[in-house]
Amino acid sequence: MSFIDSAFAVHEQALALRSQRMEVLSRNIANADTPSFKAQDIDFKRVLRSTQDTALQTTNAKHIAQDPDEPSSGLKYRVPFNTSFDGNTVELPVEQAKFGQSAAEYQTTLSILENRISGMRKALRGD
Amino acid sequence: MALDNLFSIAGTALNAQTVRMNATASNLANAGTVAGSEKDAFRAKRANFKTILETQLGPLDKSNLGGVKVSAISDDPAPITRMSDPTNPAADKDGYVYLSNVHEMTEMVEMMAAARSYQNNVEVVNTARQLTLRTLDIIKS
Repeated sequence: MSFIDSAFAVHEQALALRSQRMEVLSRNIANADTPSFKAQDIDFKRVLRSTQDTALQTTNAKHIAQDPDEPSSGLKYRVPFNTSFDGNTVELPVEQAKFGQSAAEYQTTLSILENRISGMRKALRGD
Repeated sequence: MALDNLFSIAGTALNAQTVRMNATASNLANAGTVAGSEKDAFRAKRANFKTILETQLGPLDKSNLGGVKVSAISDDPAPITRMSDPTNPAADKDGYVYLSNVHEMTEMVEMMAAARSYQNNVEVVNTARQLTLRTLDIIKS
């Protein structure tokens, strides 16, 4: 692993994943009035873990190997609090809250990356 | 980059909601029209929304995936009422005119719902814009 990779650690993948999650949430908001649309979300923790090197080791012949395709995109359907007449499972207040939250989370990850970069700059400049 | 797609997805929704609002405006404008037969009577127009699926995409507009589009404009199935008005030049031979099936209250509610959905998607665009600009700022840090 190169120096740059280890400096950014998990946050590089986290940023990409957070923007992906915002895309999924924006789809939900765009389809708030579409009949029989099913709202989706990304299981952030799980997908982020799958990007790390944490696959189960199979040390015995009887161990079941982890399916490499299993984590995939991590897209899951949301279970709505209330059902609606037209089969749409988007609940706008919920989606708005999640969208706001993930925007804040994106900025958090961005701030961490900014700090790392400015730290590296400081070290390189040596002042 | 996934943040770019936010603009296209919200854009498809803005477009669809505009069509819906146009249909409502047309309905309200035609609320008072009368016709000489039940077939010619004005029926309220409704925009039918549909999710843009992968199979419907061309090779270029991949970023619209999962957005929304207007699949059809359909007529409201509500019944047409007739009214006796023999002096009306549009009246049929029995003196009846056929009113449109537009209900002003329904249309006003529809218009407000469309406006709210439009605002929601404008907020999505605003947030995406702010985050993109902040991401660009990272090179300055």
